[in-house]
Amino acid sequence: MTDLLRRDDTATSAILAAPTGATRAPAGRRSRGFSPLRSVIKHTVLIAGALLMLYPVLWMVASSLRPNDKIFTDPSIILRDFEIANYVNGWNAFAEPFGHYLINSALVVLGCILGNLVACSMAAYAFARLEFRGKKWWFAIMLVTIMLPIHVIIVPQYIMFAQLGWVNTYLPLILPKVLATDAFFIFLMVQFIRGIPRELDEAARIDGAGHGRTFLQIILPLMVPALGTTTIFTFIWVWNDFFSQLIYLTKPEKYTTPLALRAFVDQQAATDWGAVFAMSVVSLLPVFIVFLLGQRFLIQGIATTGGK
Amino acid sequence: MSAINELRHLKGGSGQTTKRDGKAALVFLAPWFIGLFAITAGPMLASLYLSFTKYNLLQPPVFTGLDNFTRMFTDERLHKSLGVTFTYVLVSVPLQLALALALAVLLDRGVRGLSFYRSIYYLPSLIGGSVAIAVLWRTVFGTDGLFNVVLGWFGIEGKGWISDPDTALWTLILLNVWTFGAPMVIFLAGLRQVPGSYYEAASVDGASKWRQFWSITVPLLSPIIFFNLVLQIIHSFQSFTQAFVVSGGTGGPADSTLVFSLYLYQRGFGAFDMGYAASLAWLLVIIIGAFTAINFWASKYWVFYDD
Repeated sequence: MTDLLRRDDTATSAILAAPTGATRAPAGRRSRGFSPLRSVIKHTVLIAGALLMLYPVLWMVASSLRPNDKIFTDPSIILRDFEIANYVNGWNAFAEPFGHYLINSALVVLGCILGNLVACSMAAYAFARLEFRGKKWWFAIMLVTIMLPIHVIIVPQYIMFAQLGWVNTYLPLILPKVLATDAFFIFLMVQFIRGIPRELDEAARIDGAGHGRTFLQIILPLMVPALGTTTIFTFIWVWNDFFSQLIYLTKPEKYTTPLALRAFVDQQAATDWGAVFAMSVVSLLPVFIVFLLGQRFLIQGIATTGGK
Repeated sequence: MSAINELRHLKGGSGQTTKRDGKAALVFLAPWFIGLFAITAGPMLASLYLSFTKYNLLQPPVFTGLDNFTRMFTDERLHKSLGVTFTYVLVSVPLQLALALALAVLLDRGVRGLSFYRSIYYLPSLIGGSVAIAVLWRTVFGTDGLFNVVLGWFGIEGKGWISDPDTALWTLILLNVWTFGAPMVIFLAGLRQVPGSYYEAASVDGASKWRQFWSITVPLLSPIIFFNLVLQIIHSFQSFTQAFVVSGGTGGPADSTLVFSLYLYQRGFGAFDMGYAASLAWLLVIIIGAFTAINFWASKYWVFYDD
């Protein structure tokens, strides 16, 4: 339809456009500006761009499956000699098998996810549904803490946790989440709860439910999408987190995946790139899997709250 | 839609409080309150105090007045680090947002396979901050890395991009630009809100695509551009992992990748110069605060809110 619009003179196109102009229906969106050549060019650009973007990552995966001496001579992502040796070498190249560090990371991630889910949903319920003194001020403070750089608290926090004897434990990484310091998720959940009709709460109240029950039986089951977004973001951010883990974990047996990987690179640098790549791929694999499973939550989450 | 808009709309307290709610709120907010005071506000005040002291973790802090702050004026590594950080932020954020917006516009105009492309372009945002990708970057831009091999095809002789102080920072900037997918997804969501009728009307009036972009898309999307700008600047000022891994923790070569966070880490957790590190942290807060304030001030002139 818009194909016509483009070629015809303005008078006819004005008439043609009139009935469809008001709304932007999905069909209208798709056809606007359609022409086969344009479309081919656009897809070529998009695919070339995507390939360019992902090429380094694909190359890393390919290189991890190549004999070590071929890695720097072969810039392609097509595999001619397929071998798994790098994975075997890399897995066993550390003081502990690589699985040890994956489990450490998983423990930290699990604790952080549980902490964020419980503490942030509770705080979000209070901000979205309860009236209390100074609410707007507390809410503003909460929003400001989203943007606060971690650096301004890390030094005293480190001193505090060191005095408690918690260095080289996972408590300094998990406890802040249990205490809802990831305000970004509170905000995300507040936004979500605001979209749940208040009539549901009121109906529960008439049936004699207190806030505890309203929260547990009405709100929580309805905010599963927001909890999903929180779970996935927490997983990926904590899994990739490096700064705080670097500060709090100094014993090699306590290392999480990123710390182990970084220590490995600094020792092995010039020698065994195949193993380094193999373990890099292993370390990214959980992120890929979570991304594939939770894409919908992720995209929704950033679209509605504008996360990073 | 965003935290920033919430803050913009914040007005005086509502006042009415029922006793029942007050008690319940205390229960529901208990973890958050404890966290706010013990993990956030308390340490913040402590770091403010520490920034006026000399403290190495072993002896108790010694109050030294403004020494840490006057020391900043003569600390040449700090000056270098500030230069590196400003270059990093001021180059990578605009590039990142321009790419994000361009891709979002391209994808918004009814492309088949939108969700496929969106996922592909978004993926780097998820892994760009990881150690694995920083390690990859270190090899790709190394002397015999992938990048030089590709340059070789075009007869260009490469070099060690990461070992050369003139180019090392640019590989990190590229890495940050590479993660444009997150702002792109936010732009895509924003573009959904732009009524199609505006474009129809504009093309009826004979406006070119280019003209439509500047006269319709950009003004209507300006709150979201602003939001992304503020967020990415705050985020990029704190960048750490990539510089740390690519330079092996040194910020080298010749301090050319010594981003602010890395310098702070070296002072605090390498040299255990905790007082000075705390004062650096406050400098960072002031810098980020100043940038954000300038952004908010400038937004009056280019951001259009229809409310």
